[in-house]
Amino acid sequence: MAMAALATPASFASVARRRRWIERVTGLGFAMPALVLLLLTILLPLGALTLLSLTNYEFGGTDMDWVGLKNFQRALADPIIRRSLVNTLVYVAIVVPGGVLGALLIAVLVHRRKQTRSFYEVIYFLPVTSTLIAMATVWQFLLHPSLGPVNALLKWLGFAPVAFLSEPSTALATLAVIGIWQLLGFNMILFLAGLTAIPRDLYEAAEIDGCAGGIDRFLTITWPLLGPTTMFVLVTTMITAFKIFDTVAVMTRGGPVGSTEVLLYNIYLEGFQYFHTGYAAALTFIFLTFILVFSVMQTFALDRKVHY
Amino acid sequence: MSGIALSPTRSTLRRYLSLALVHAVLVAGVVFMLAPFVWMLVTSIKPPVEIFTAEISLWPKQFYALQNYGMALEKAPLLRFALNGVIICGGILIVQLLVAIPCAYALAKLDFPGRDLLFVLVLLGLCVPVQVPAMPLYIGLAHLGLLNTYFAMMVPFFISVFAIFLFRQFFRSFPDDIIHAARLDGMSEFEIVWRIVTPSAWPAIAAFCVFSAVAHWNDLYWPLIVISDAKLAPPPLGMMFFADAEAGSNYGALTAAATILTAPLVIAFLIARRRFIDGITMTGVK
Repeated sequence: MAMAALATPASFASVARRRRWIERVTGLGFAMPALVLLLLTILLPLGALTLLSLTNYEFGGTDMDWVGLKNFQRALADPIIRRSLVNTLVYVAIVVPGGVLGALLIAVLVHRRKQTRSFYEVIYFLPVTSTLIAMATVWQFLLHPSLGPVNALLKWLGFAPVAFLSEPSTALATLAVIGIWQLLGFNMILFLAGLTAIPRDLYEAAEIDGCAGGIDRFLTITWPLLGPTTMFVLVTTMITAFKIFDTVAVMTRGGPVGSTEVLLYNIYLEGFQYFHTGYAAALTFIFLTFILVFSVMQTFALDRKVHY
Repeated sequence: MSGIALSPTRSTLRRYLSLALVHAVLVAGVVFMLAPFVWMLVTSIKPPVEIFTAEISLWPKQFYALQNYGMALEKAPLLRFALNGVIICGGILIVQLLVAIPCAYALAKLDFPGRDLLFVLVLLGLCVPVQVPAMPLYIGLAHLGLLNTYFAMMVPFFISVFAIFLFRQFFRSFPDDIIHAARLDGMSEFEIVWRIVTPSAWPAIAAFCVFSAVAHWNDLYWPLIVISDAKLAPPPLGMMFFADAEAGSNYGALTAAATILTAPLVIAFLIARRRFIDGITMTGVK
């Protein structure tokens, strides 16, 4: 009896120790593939990128010298890089209000429809699933100065035709409109999820308090309660827009006269066409800095959502 | 006050008017959204003579679909591009799930050394788009002689920190009691992950599958860098090669090609509409 009473806690303790040991080993084992891939495809490349940005290495070349921060100095003074950064920010400045406010408007209007809601949802969402590169070819044709239906329509309405993509003053804005077309449905779906989360009785209460009009209702209930969703959509749209590359690569290649050169496209050219690897590495860090600033804003946005 | 003063017919009239206005705005948006799709389909069945006129007509006088689609399929290996897309998306997705699910489970439910550090790395990884490690990865793959392979196209995406993050959130809410009970029944941790926890997170996994497939079917940046062999091109790169070769002259065949390469995802979306929309909501809002 005495022996058994002694043995039980001891064996419990050893079972618990064994259990903990198994847990630690399985935990490590389960995390290992992810950790290895994380190291090989993100952390090590980031380290390599840091080193490369301090050299004048050119891919395929044989010699390489340390140049310190020269690449960064050169990048910040380079008129082409400055212009591409300005272009990128202008693009963001068009896509963000258009893509966010447009999606909000559509979501508010679609949200109250009963029979037609899923019809509108499907159509607005269609561009999100379509292959942008293929659709870019179609857009090019739609906007063609002489053959495109858009210009035919403009002429029919009595306006002069516009060479949307070959005119420096309109090319970037045209790409921005295509950018809005591509992500409007995505943002709309996010707003619809936010709208569904607003309790219905709030609207009824507001109606009793004399908030009868649609605009009143929107300003007193929908807009404040949708705040966290709006913040989130705003930041994701900024990040997506900042990464503009596809339409530039296919439709304009930075032209006409550099009016659509954007940061990522220049990084691609420097890094993978001209093989100025060291310089492109420095440019990549400038790109990453912007993305990180946006991501920090996103963290704050998510934080607000939790506390709210 | 005026609301009360309105007679019933006038208020109904007002309601119909505002309804008409709402639909007018929505339909205007629909025209903008659908215009490229409609024009793509219409052009893909028109003969060149009708394409190269400035008139807008939504139906061809002469039906030319067979010739356009035939020419597109003959000049470019479109089905091969689509098959490449399927291989790449499938390969990426399988590895992503095999890597992310156990890792997310370990982060959510197991206590092991370095867990917090790993989670911090995952959070940092969320902020690093593929364009950032692209150049070192390219140099590495070039040194290994792996450029122009399916592997090169897939490898940067094998780890999805986003999947780990999403699944961890889901697994954390899985009741511990069930896991303890399974352990007492003698189930291994491996079985617990794949047979008990994973099926319970099905909505999150389905959402992630949609997200991943859409992202990689449509990705251009990375394939453009590592692939120069047209036989390996995924749909966007294939479309780019074809468009370059045609140099914007043969719009009938170009739009036919665009239709063929856009169709698989769009059809999948139309069939599994709710899955797509719920998936985007879940992966977007978290």
